[in-house]
Amino acid sequence: MSRLLAETPALPLHEAGKYVAAAYIVLFAMVLIYVTIMAVRLSRIERELGELLETVEARDGEQGRTDPERGS
Amino acid sequence: MYGKGLRSLSIATVVAMSAALSLVFFYAPLEAEQGFLQKIFYVHVPLAIISLCGFVIGGLLAIVHLRTRDARWDYRSYVVIHMSLIFALATLITGSIWAKGSWGHWWVWDEPTLVSFLIVFLLYATYQPLRFAIEDPERQARYASVFAITAGAFVPLNFIAVRMSTSFLHPRVLGSTSNLPGPMALTFLVSLGAMALLFTTLCKYELTAKHTRAQLRALRRRLTADSPGSDVRGAGARSAAPSAIPVSRPTGAPARTAGYPVKGHT
Repeated sequence: MSRLLAETPALPLHEAGKYVAAAYIVLFAMVLIYVTIMAVRLSRIERELGELLETVEARDGEQGRTDPERGS
Repeated sequence: MYGKGLRSLSIATVVAMSAALSLVFFYAPLEAEQGFLQKIFYVHVPLAIISLCGFVIGGLLAIVHLRTRDARWDYRSYVVIHMSLIFALATLITGSIWAKGSWGHWWVWDEPTLVSFLIVFLLYATYQPLRFAIEDPERQARYASVFAITAGAFVPLNFIAVRMSTSFLHPRVLGSTSNLPGPMALTFLVSLGAMALLFTTLCKYELTAKHTRAQLRALRRRLTADSPGSDVRGAGARSAAPSAIPVSRPTGAPARTAGYPVKGHT
């Protein structure tokens, strides 16, 4: 790796450097924003799944309580 | 369903993007006139090509939707156009940055390529408001498809018209790739491939996320129907406002999702 870096010529970062950096930052910022949005969506889905699981568990518990009553 | 192959696609995208960036900054030679500033070319032009191709693909998917009446195609068309719009926005921003560095102006109104791209962008910016202004899911899908086809046909026409016009400033890329020196052409093609992979991956993520939400909502409705007394309308139900996937159905109607199949429904 160090050999590769030693052989790579230094980038001419003069006036143009800031524009090039800005253009590439725009692309990566957009991808990053998208990933953040996806993360928010994923956490929302996780929360909703948790709610549904709670509902199903509560319903199963209710059925468990009512079935012995019917039996007695 | 949509998540199949997503992991390998994501890995391929990361590898391709890394390869493209390495080639841009360590392999491609500096251009004689613009020097280091020309490196923007490898991000701006692939973004523009992929976004325009995405608009056309969105139109083609809409044709399939109108032919088959299968809502999944409309759904794919919507996601592809949505992603293309984001890529087009990135194209406009990177183009403006390049224009400022190269010409000294953020925008040049007498340049046909720039203005025509802006027109295409603004045209597609009306797609979502138009789509969600219609409440009936089937009409929404049909009208959106008609829009996607019409606008998709406009994109290549616009492209050809611009290329036929005389341009003073904006360089021509397509058709003259062979004029690029070998290393530059290779870098450009790798960047284009990486951008195409990024586009595909993001579309697949979007499709998977929306499909999962639709399945979740269907499951919630089913649970509600099974236990009328229980309250399963949590935060998710509140946020289940009009979305790209019409999944609501009238009470007592057979469980279907306006042509959009959700597992568990018959």
